[in-house]
Amino acid sequence: MGAEHSHALFHHGHSPVHHLPAHTKLVGTLVFVAAVAVTPRQELWAFAVYAAVAVFAMAVARLPVRFVARRALLVLPFLGVAALVPFIGGGETTDVMGLALSTEGLWAASGIVCKALLGTAASIVLAGTTEQADLVRGLARLRVPPLLVMITATMLRYLETVAGELRRARTAMQSRGHNPRWLWQATPLANSAGATFVRSYERGERVHHAMAARGFTGTPPDLNPQPAAGRHWIRAIALPGITVAVAIAALAS
Amino acid sequence: MTSSAHELAIDVRDLEHGYPDGSSALDGLSLQVRPGERVALLGPNGAGKTTLALHLNGILLAQHGSVTIDGLPVVEPNLAEVRRRLQLVFAKADDQLFMPTVRDDVAFGPANHGMRGADLDAAVDGALAAAGAAALAKRAPHHLSTGEKRRAALATVLAMNPGTLVLDEPTAGLDPAGRNELVALLKTLPQTLVVITHDIPFALQLCHRSVIIDEGRSWADAPTADLLADRATLGRHRLALPFGFDPNVLAQATSIDRSR
Amino acid sequence: MHAPDGFLGLGTAVATGAISFGVVGASLRMARTRLADRQIPLTGVSAAFIFAAQLVNFPVAAGTTGHLLGGALAAILLGPTVGALVVTVVVVVQALVFADGGLSALGYNTLNMAIVTSFGGYAAFVAVRKILPRNASGVATAAGLAAGISVVLASMALSIEWLFGATAPVSFDTVFAAMVGVHLLIGVGEGVITGLLVASVLAARPDLVYGARHLDPAALRGRASLSTRGLVIAALAVTLVVGTIVSQFAGSDPDGLERVAEDLELTADQAGDARGPFADYAVDGLDNEQLSLAIAAGAGIVIVGAIGYGLVATRREPSAV
Repeated sequence: MGAEHSHALFHHGHSPVHHLPAHTKLVGTLVFVAAVAVTPRQELWAFAVYAAVAVFAMAVARLPVRFVARRALLVLPFLGVAALVPFIGGGETTDVMGLALSTEGLWAASGIVCKALLGTAASIVLAGTTEQADLVRGLARLRVPPLLVMITATMLRYLETVAGELRRARTAMQSRGHNPRWLWQATPLANSAGATFVRSYERGERVHHAMAARGFTGTPPDLNPQPAAGRHWIRAIALPGITVAVAIAALAS
Repeated sequence: MTSSAHELAIDVRDLEHGYPDGSSALDGLSLQVRPGERVALLGPNGAGKTTLALHLNGILLAQHGSVTIDGLPVVEPNLAEVRRRLQLVFAKADDQLFMPTVRDDVAFGPANHGMRGADLDAAVDGALAAAGAAALAKRAPHHLSTGEKRRAALATVLAMNPGTLVLDEPTAGLDPAGRNELVALLKTLPQTLVVITHDIPFALQLCHRSVIIDEGRSWADAPTADLLADRATLGRHRLALPFGFDPNVLAQATSIDRSR
Repeated sequence: MHAPDGFLGLGTAVATGAISFGVVGASLRMARTRLADRQIPLTGVSAAFIFAAQLVNFPVAAGTTGHLLGGALAAILLGPTVGALVVTVVVVVQALVFADGGLSALGYNTLNMAIVTSFGGYAAFVAVRKILPRNASGVATAAGLAAGISVVLASMALSIEWLFGATAPVSFDTVFAAMVGVHLLIGVGEGVITGLLVASVLAARPDLVYGARHLDPAALRGRASLSTRGLVIAALAVTLVVGTIVSQFAGSDPDGLERVAEDLELTADQAGDARGPFADYAVDGLDNEQLSLAIAAGAGIVIVGAIGYGLVATRREPSAV
C-alpha cells in the first residue's frame, strides 16, 4: 500500500465486462479465486490456463497494460519474499544455473507467485470494471448484511473527503517549510491527523443528523440493486467456469 | 393534530440553548413565520442561527421555551412528523450527501418512509427536477462541484415533500453565477423558506422579510429593503453591505417579489 | 501486511475466514447496541479516517517513510468492537476496490490486521494504562505502547497461521523470528504516531477517546506532555530488549531439546505432503520441533488471551454513550 491508494482502481470504459451487473462479476471473481486457491501447485498447466483466462478477461475489458502493471506492483513485496524461499528452504536441492536450491522451495515459490499474481489479476479486472457504487450495490444484492454494506458505502463516500483534508494539511505544512525526515519530527503530522479524526467524528455526527432528519431509524433502506438477466450470469460465469473445470481436472490428476 | 392554513409554519418562543461549557447559544429567541413566507435570518458568525435551525427539526430539543412547526410541538414523540413537514439543508452539503450516488441519496428519505418501486422513482425524479439536479442522478456526490452538491442536497430534502425548508448558508462557496441560479431556483419553490445567511444581496434578492439574529436573540424584524437601509443597526451586528452596494437603488432596480 | 491470494494454505484460509466471520458478526451486534442508529455514519466515516490515515506517509529515518496500520488506534479511539469493525471494512474495501490483499486471503488478513490489532491492542492498552498515571500523558503513552504491541501481535498471528498453512518449506522459527523482528521495528513507528495522535485528540475532544472515557475529565485537561524524541528512544529500547529475547528463543542451540525429541521419536518427517492442509513445514530446516511448538503455543496463548482480555475489558468498563 501507499499513496497510490488515494484513488480507486476503476478504469472508465464501456466494455462488455463493464456492463455486467456488479454482483455477477463479484461471484465470477470469487469463483475464479477459489479455483486458483484449490489447485495443487504442481499442476503448472492449470495455472497456464488460468493465466490465459485472466489475460483474456483483461483484453475483453480493454484494461490498458500499464494500468494493470501499476496495480500489480502491490504484490511485489510478497513476491520478493517468495523469491527467497528456494534459498532458505530445506530438503533436497536442485541445480539452477550452478546454484543448489531447495526443490521444495522452488515449488513453493512458484506456487505463491502464481496464485498471488492470478488473484491480483482477478481483483484488478473486478475493481477496474466496476464503479464503487455498483460494487456496493452488488454486495447488497449478494445478501451481505445491509448494515455492513451501508457502513462500507459510507466509508467509500467519505474516503476522498477525509483523505483530501489530510493531504491539504500536509501541503500546508510543507509550504511552510516543514519537511520531516525522522520519526521524532512527526509530531505536527500526528497532530493534524488527530485534528482530522475529531473533524471526521463530528462529520459522522452531522451525517447522522442528516440521516435522522430524513426518517432513518437504523435500518438501511433497499438500495434498489440492478437485477441480472440469465445472459449476464452466463457471461460472468463463463470464464470462471472454465477455471473450475480445470481445477477439478488438476485435483483429479 | 393537523395543520391548517392559519397556523404558523414556524413558531419559536423564548428559546434558550446553552452548551455544556456554560456558554449560551440562544438566549430567549422568538420567531414566527407564516406559511408561504420567505424569510432571511441575518447575523454574524456565532450569532446562534445554525443552533436555531437545529431546533427547528428536532436535532436539538428546546432546553427552555418552545418550538412549534405547523402547530406541532417539536418534542420527542412528534419528531418523525415534524421532519416530514420541515427539512434542513445543511451548510456543508457533504454531510447531507452520504449515499454512493445522488439518486440513491434522494431516494433515501422516501424509502425510509416506506416508499418503493414506481412511486419512489416518481418522487425521486420529481425532486431531482425541482432542484435542477436531474443530470446529476448517477454521479457520485464526492465528484460534484460545490454548486452541484448544493442542488443535490436540495433534491434530497425536496424528496421528503416538506412544507417548510430551512437553508443554512446556501450561497457559501458558490460563484456569482451559481448564486444567481440558486436564487432563481429557490424562487420557483412553493415551500415556506427560511434562509440563514450573511450574504445580504442574496437576502434582498430572495426574501421580502429579514430578521437580524445576534447573541442568541432577535434584534430586528422588518422588510429586507428597509432593514438594509438602516446602516446603524446593520453595523451593530457586524452586517456589512458589500462595497458599492446601495440597497435603495437595487430595491427599485431588481424585481423583488413584494407579495411574499 | 496485506497478504495476497495463496500465501497460506486453503484450510487456513477457510478456518481464519470462519473465525473472522464470527468475530465481525458479533462486533456488528455489539457495536449496534452501543451506537444504535448512529452506527452506520460513525463507523463509516471513522473507517474513512483510518483508511486515509494509512495513506499518510510518516517520516521514519533519514527521509524514508512508513505508514500507519491503525488497528489499535481505531480500538482506543472508538472501542475494540467498533475498531475491529472499522478496520475490517478498510481491509475488505482494500481487497475489493483497490486490489490490495487477496480475496481468498480476506480471512487471515481480517483476522491479523483488524481483529488481533483491535482486540489485542485494546487489551494491551487497558493493561498498560493500569500502571500509568490517570491523565492525558498516561493515556497517550499507553496508546502508543499498545499500538506497538498490536503490530507485533499481528505478526505473531501470521506466524502461527504459517504453522498451520505454510505454503513453503520455511520453518515456523524462521518465519516467526523474521516477522516479529521486522514488526518490532514497524511497531516503533506505529506506537509513536498513535501515541501522538491520541494525545492531540485528547487535547481537543477528550470525550471522543473511548479508552479514556472512564477518566475524570478534569484529569484529562491540560495537554499530554510527551517528548516525541523520548518516546522514540523508549520504544527503540523496548524493541531491542524484546528482540533480543525473541532471537534467543528462535536461535538458541536446540541440541538438548533435539535429543529429547529424537528419543521421543518426535523428529520431523522431512517429506511433508505439500497438498495437506496442515503441511508439516513448521519443523523443516531446524529440528527443534518442541521449541517451535512452545513458541507457537506461547504466542497463540498471548494472542487469544489478549483478544479475550480485550473483550472482557470492553464489557466491564462503564459504557458511557
